[in-house]
Order: sequence, then C-alpha cells, then structure tokens
Amino acid sequence: MRIIVCIKQVPDTAEVKINRETNTLIREGVPSIINPFDLHALEEGIRIREKHGGTVTALTMGPAQAGEALREAVALGADDAVLLSDRAFAGADTLATAYTLAKAAEKIGFDLILCGRQAIDGDTAQVGPGMAECLAIPHVTCIRRLAVTETEKFRVERMTDDGYETLEVKGPALFTVIREINTPRLPSLRGMLRAKKMAFEPWTAATINAEAERIGLSGSPTWVVKVFNPPLPDGQGEVWQGDSAENAAKLIAVLRERQFV
Amino acid sequence: MDYFLTEEQQMLRELARTIAVEKIAPIAAELDEKEIFPRELLQVMADSDLFRVFVPEEYGGLGMGAMGNCLVMEEISKACAGVAVTYAASGLGICPLLLFGSEEQKEKYLPALASGEKLAAFALTEAEAGSDAANIRTTATADGDEFILNGTKQWITNGGEADVYIVIAMTDKAKGVRGASAFIVEKGTPGFSFGKKEKKMGIRASATSELIFEDCRIPRENLLGRRGTGYIVAMRTLDRTRPGVGAQAVGIAQGAMEVALRYARERVQFGQPISSFQAIQHMLADMATQIEAARALVYSAARFIDSGAKEFSKEASMAKLFASDTAMKVTVDAVQIMGGSGYMRDYPVEKMMRDAKITQIYEGTNQIQRNVIALELIKESVKQ
Repeated sequence: MRIIVCIKQVPDTAEVKINRETNTLIREGVPSIINPFDLHALEEGIRIREKHGGTVTALTMGPAQAGEALREAVALGADDAVLLSDRAFAGADTLATAYTLAKAAEKIGFDLILCGRQAIDGDTAQVGPGMAECLAIPHVTCIRRLAVTETEKFRVERMTDDGYETLEVKGPALFTVIREINTPRLPSLRGMLRAKKMAFEPWTAATINAEAERIGLSGSPTWVVKVFNPPLPDGQGEVWQGDSAENAAKLIAVLRERQFV
Repeated sequence: MDYFLTEEQQMLRELARTIAVEKIAPIAAELDEKEIFPRELLQVMADSDLFRVFVPEEYGGLGMGAMGNCLVMEEISKACAGVAVTYAASGLGICPLLLFGSEEQKEKYLPALASGEKLAAFALTEAEAGSDAANIRTTATADGDEFILNGTKQWITNGGEADVYIVIAMTDKAKGVRGASAFIVEKGTPGFSFGKKEKKMGIRASATSELIFEDCRIPRENLLGRRGTGYIVAMRTLDRTRPGVGAQAVGIAQGAMEVALRYARERVQFGQPISSFQAIQHMLADMATQIEAARALVYSAARFIDSGAKEFSKEASMAKLFASDTAMKVTVDAVQIMGGSGYMRDYPVEKMMRDAKITQIYEGTNQIQRNVIALELIKESVKQ
C-alpha cells in the first residue's frame, strides 16, 4: 500500500508568546516542531505499513528548513520524504496549499493519504479536505480508528458532535486524524542515522506541473491580515449563593435559554 | 563540560534522554514500590534500537561500543537505575558471545538480542562463590554430544526473564582455575528452572533470582569458547562491562544532585533559600566536582576500550570503583540536603541512595576492584 502522510512544520505554540503591544505572535527564537496532529497521522501510516506492507512517504510544503521536519519523519519510520519548496508557493492559503500538495501526491502515487486534523498555528483544518477534493477522492475527517478490511476497503471511526460513527470507504482515500487514534512512537536510532544521510531535493512548481495561478499568493483567494489576541470581554460575572440543587437547576435553565445546551 | 561526542553519539544520548525523561521517570517510583519488571519500557528501548548499541553491524547492531553503552546507561540511570541494570545485564550476556562466540553461535543468538526481541543474562555467582569466583560448584559433565549441567547460580540479574544465559560451570574440577567453561543455555531447556525472585534494597525494578540446573542437558555446540577458558571469558567480559556500571553510577549521582539542587533553591528556611547557605553550597560543589571527575574517568576508560586497546583491566576497574563510590557519597549527601523530605518515599532521592549501594558491590566488589588495580600497577612496574 502506498501511503502519503502530509506533515507541516510549525512553531511550538506552547512556547509562543504574544507581543502585548501589537497583540501578535512573537515567532523569533521559537523552536519548530512537526505539527502534533501530523505525528499521529505518521504513526498511523507506519502502523498500516507494518500490518499490510507498502511504503510511507512524508510530504511537506515549506521553506528549506522544513527539511528538518522530514528528517524527523524518516527517523520515526517514514521510508522517504518529499519537500515542496519554491518561492512561487509562498503566501499560499489553504486552497493553494491543498492544490500544491494534491499535485505532488498525484506525482508520487498513492492508495492512502493521512493528514493531521489541523495545524496548531493555522487551526483551519481545511487542507486535508481541500486536497481530497482536488484529487477527487473520498475523505473522512477527525478519525479515531482506521482499519483495512479484507475487501481492501477502509473502515474508519469518525468523531461527531455527539459521539462516533463508523464508515466504510473505498480507496484511494484521504483521512484526517485526531489524537485519540494512537500514541506516536519515539524515533529509532537506525531511523535517525538513515535520516541524517538523506538530502531532500526540493520539488518546485515545475516538478509537479502546477498551474501558476493556482499556487502561492496568486492562488490564494484569502489572505491573513492580522493574527491577534482578542481583548477579553469586560462583563461582570454573577455569583449565586444558596442551595446547590436550586442553583444547578437555575444554571441549566440559563444555559438552555442561551442555547448552549 | 564538553566531551566532544560525535554527532552519532549525541543523537544516541538525546534519544536515551528522551526515553528516560518521557517514559521512565514518570513511573520509576511505582516500578520501585511494586518491584515491577519493566517489560514495556524494554520494548520502547528495543523499538528505538537501544539494544543494538552493543552489537557490531554484521549481526544487526549499530556498533557503538563501550562509549555508546555508557551514554545510554548514564541517561537511563538518571531516571531509574533498576531499568538501567536490566538493560546492562542483557549487554553483560551479549558480551561473551561477541568476544568468544563462533560464527554459528553469533549468527544464532545475536540478531534477536540486538533487536531486543530476546534478553540475555550472565551467570557466574553462586552461594559459595562471590568474590571468590573460582570457588564455583556448578558442574558441566561431558556426555556424548551433550553436556549435563548441575548446580545453582545465585543473584542473577534478569534471572527468569532472560531468554539466553551465559553460564560458567566446572568442566574439570582438578584443573582449578583452568577447569571452568562457559556455556549458552536457553530458557525452557528441560532441567533449567528458576528460584525465587530476590527482595532487594534497591534496583527493585530489576529481576534477580537463582538459576537451578538439575541434569540439564545442552548440546555440545553450546560450549562458548574453548573448554577450560571459563574464567577468561568471565574476566574479559567484566573488563568490558565495568565502565557501564561506572556510567550507571554517574547517572544515579547526577540525577540525585539535580533533585537536591532544585530543592535547595526552593526550600526556604531562616528567610532564605537553603541554597544560599555555604554549608549547602559546599556540599553541592563537592558533589558536582566528584560527578564530573567520575564521568571523565568513565568516558576515558570507555574510549580507551573502543580504541582497540589489548589490556584495560586497570582502567575499567578504576572507572567502576571511583564512580560507584561517588554515587554512594553523592546520594547520601542529596538525602542530607533535602533533610526530612529526602528521607520520605514521596521524593526520589532515598530510592537513588538505595540504588547506588549495589554499584559498589556487583560486577566485582570495590575491594576486588582495588585488588585488580593494584595487581595491574605492580605488573606494569615489574615490566619497567
């Protein structure tokens, strides 16, 4: 089975601080990590390979330093990796990113594509579904379990607002995963030594035959104007004293009224 | 202090540290309390290829030598000495195979040991043969194309849990020191059973038990090295693995000092953190200095071995001796710095103190180490 796992190198947002004056993120000096959801996707891809055979290719779009994330993916067990890196890709929003990744996936060839549910810096959760649409393949988001059936279909458990549902999907398909799906492994020494020796020749727009008007800034109908911490609301809270049972009933009534439950 | 590790050694250390911090440290207290054999942790270490460190590449290893072993031991021991000794004891069983095994024996046993799929152990000690290793009573009698083992080994680390055991037994009692031979015995061989698991002061996560041989028949091919070379197998093995015990001691000491230092900065008495008192500062300074000296000696011995030196008994013994004495002193001081809290099982240092003690005793007591060092000194002096 040919498995592609899409990964993104992101700043470790646990370490990111907000500049109080401009209310924007301070990115300097923040270490880069593989997006945590993508680690779960990579782990799942490796498990599927261990069980059913095949290859796992890590795919990322980013500046040259994103190669480090690919190296980490190989150390964790990916067989090989592709770095999409070209000035022409810069400024891409989720639509352009999804298109670019999709063109690369087409070139690599695949039976299964795995993505993390969302990136912890953008939090849009749009690229996975966008890629699937570009590739005209079925996709399911937020899966917590993935299995390959005897008939070579995929059976997945998808998280919904009130619980989970089980779906059977005919491949090739794309799935985005949530953290509950697995516990990612630690790197292996042999993986790290292999990764150290690898060089990632960047794939450019020409390599993937991308249409110029669908990539990068030109291919982006949306763009980020500002990232900021919204000011905290000013309101007063209410304090209710007295009987807990009465207050509980009162609370439920208020929540219902405001349509929170 | 920079020890100028190669990039690969740095990678190895980082990986061992990540495993120690993320996987071992959080459960070390529980493993100690309940004396749980760390099967799952060993699997994590195996998956990360840590068991490949001791074994050369031709047999599925990564050939990172004594130095690689020391780096892993130090990091794991900072988190839990019991887990560390379990890992090291497999190395202690692998070493005789590497040094004295035939091609067939190496190809048969090393790959599964390197992958961590199987564990090894080394069995020399008996009730009547501790420091007096030559006094073993376990016999191996030749019978056609088999040997029959009879006797009992005592206090064997990984006893009961390991799959492959290197056992030193008497093949010719009349020949004294030249009358012992080394054998490979697999778990499950009829006539090979285990005694009770010992209750220890420290390293409680590791399994220590008796090995019982009752007319245990093993194929002749399981003789390791030439007949009569049992003690040479044992001594050459211990020379190679002693720096690893030194590294374990360095790790325990480092872990204890870091806990004590953090505590001293936070604990306020007489209106100040106790780290501002000279008495505490001097203790910490002495602890840190001794740990660094022990580390430097351990690394030097390991590098000397890896350089291909022919004789290194003295250096290996010095590393083990000095580092283990350091670990005992440092952990006792760490408990002292932490005062009443140091004595409580809620804090990790009392465990480290209990763990440190064994490093002065096993793989040759520190008294035996001094014997080895003195005899080597005299030998060298005679040559000059």
